[in-house]
Amino acid sequence: MTSIWTVTLATLKKDIRLEWRSKDALNSMLFFSLLVVVIFVFSFDPLAEESRHIVGGLVWVGFLFAAVVALNQTWARELRNQVLDAYRVSPAPANALFLAKVLGNFIFVGVLEALMTPLFVIFYNLRVLGSAWQLIPIAILGTWALVVNGTFFAAMSLRTRNREIMLPLLLFPISIPAVIAMVAGTTAILTGEDSAHFYIVLLLTYDVVFTTASLALFETILHAE
Amino acid sequence: MSGQPRLAVRRAKLERFCSQQHCPFGIFHPVNSTCIEILHTPRTQVTEAAKPAITVNHVIKQFGRFAALRGVTADFDAGRFYSILGDNGAGKTTLLRALAGLAAPTRGEIAIFGQSPEDACRDVGYMAHPSLLYDEMSGRENLRYFAGLYGIAGDSRTEEVIRLVGLDPALNRAVGQYSQGMRQRMSLARAILHDPKLLLLDEPFSNVDVQSVRAMVVLLKSMRDAGKTIFVVTHQAVLLEGVADEFVWMQDGRIVDRTASIPQDFARAGMQ
Repeated sequence: MTSIWTVTLATLKKDIRLEWRSKDALNSMLFFSLLVVVIFVFSFDPLAEESRHIVGGLVWVGFLFAAVVALNQTWARELRNQVLDAYRVSPAPANALFLAKVLGNFIFVGVLEALMTPLFVIFYNLRVLGSAWQLIPIAILGTWALVVNGTFFAAMSLRTRNREIMLPLLLFPISIPAVIAMVAGTTAILTGEDSAHFYIVLLLTYDVVFTTASLALFETILHAE
Repeated sequence: MSGQPRLAVRRAKLERFCSQQHCPFGIFHPVNSTCIEILHTPRTQVTEAAKPAITVNHVIKQFGRFAALRGVTADFDAGRFYSILGDNGAGKTTLLRALAGLAAPTRGEIAIFGQSPEDACRDVGYMAHPSLLYDEMSGRENLRYFAGLYGIAGDSRTEEVIRLVGLDPALNRAVGQYSQGMRQRMSLARAILHDPKLLLLDEPFSNVDVQSVRAMVVLLKSMRDAGKTIFVVTHQAVLLEGVADEFVWMQDGRIVDRTASIPQDFARAGMQ
């Protein structure tokens, strides 16, 4: 059996190279998120105080929708020329492919967040009243929650006819606890009214449970016909 | 069965084995109920020679209600070149995918060198009708990635197989910009990258120019001569006349015939 980490790293490098050359996922995600920011800014004109209460929801819903674009792209490029079959006939561990895809999506969505967060801050005139450092674990754990489930369900809907529609239908309901934790945690930090500690622990638990479950089930998904 | 008759059966089997097949001396050693040749030859060699490399046992493959394979039973020996022929929908590709471990049989069993297709993946090279390559990467980048999946380090093997299929290792063009012939050859390079004992090729000559086909056939012939077992699904049977050891004819999900050559009228028609 080939080492899981070697294959994960090789697959991750390959995915980053493919994305760098095509920029399919990043361009569509950026464009989509930009539209979300602009549309909401023009739809209503909140004061700074109101912004703090609603922007947590806006940010994460925007990122969630944008992530779906990247998640669909992840597996689409494995279906072109049936390259996935070449992986399936190799002795490489199935979980290495899954981990590489999750890490790749984590990086792509992370880049999107890094680029879009300043825009949210400017457009919504935001200032953090709580412990700003807590935004970092919320962002990391929240993004991991989105991409780990998203990558898994995107693989699951890979062979369905309407996979672009199937993915949100499967992903959004199961992501509700994570989205609630992300939104409530971000709002708590922005308003400074509450501690985000509980939401960080909730996200961590969610991530551990769903990462373990996805890793345990992915091989079955990969070899399903 | 008691001990004595079992011993007698074993003796009879060994005697037949020695006199008819691989034993150069034809000697049966009656004292310890075994063959002298077996005593003097590593056991694995005898076992491999005696057993077929691939065993397909009553394999049925259904997709919903449609049965693509309807009880295929066959043995295939190691080191031989098989060409699988049949009309569209005869089950050729499904059989190949089942051998590659990509389509698990609904019923029946497949053994490749005594293992399940999934366990034998290191010994199997698979080339499908699509290229199984990333269009955005160069051939070398593709092979380097797939070499990593088999634990092959360094570039030497990658460059060796690129040269073997008649392409230039320095070629930096993305696979998406290759001609169909180049793509097929690169796809073959990917399939033989890990030096498999069994090679499964699904329509490797389709949309390929004559020169590329000739180069591929010569390469496959040399691989067969080196002891590899090769299966080629093709609609261009005449290309393999004189090269393939056996033509396996499929129809409606079954193997209906196995011949050493293709019929004259069939060859004259130039196509299946």
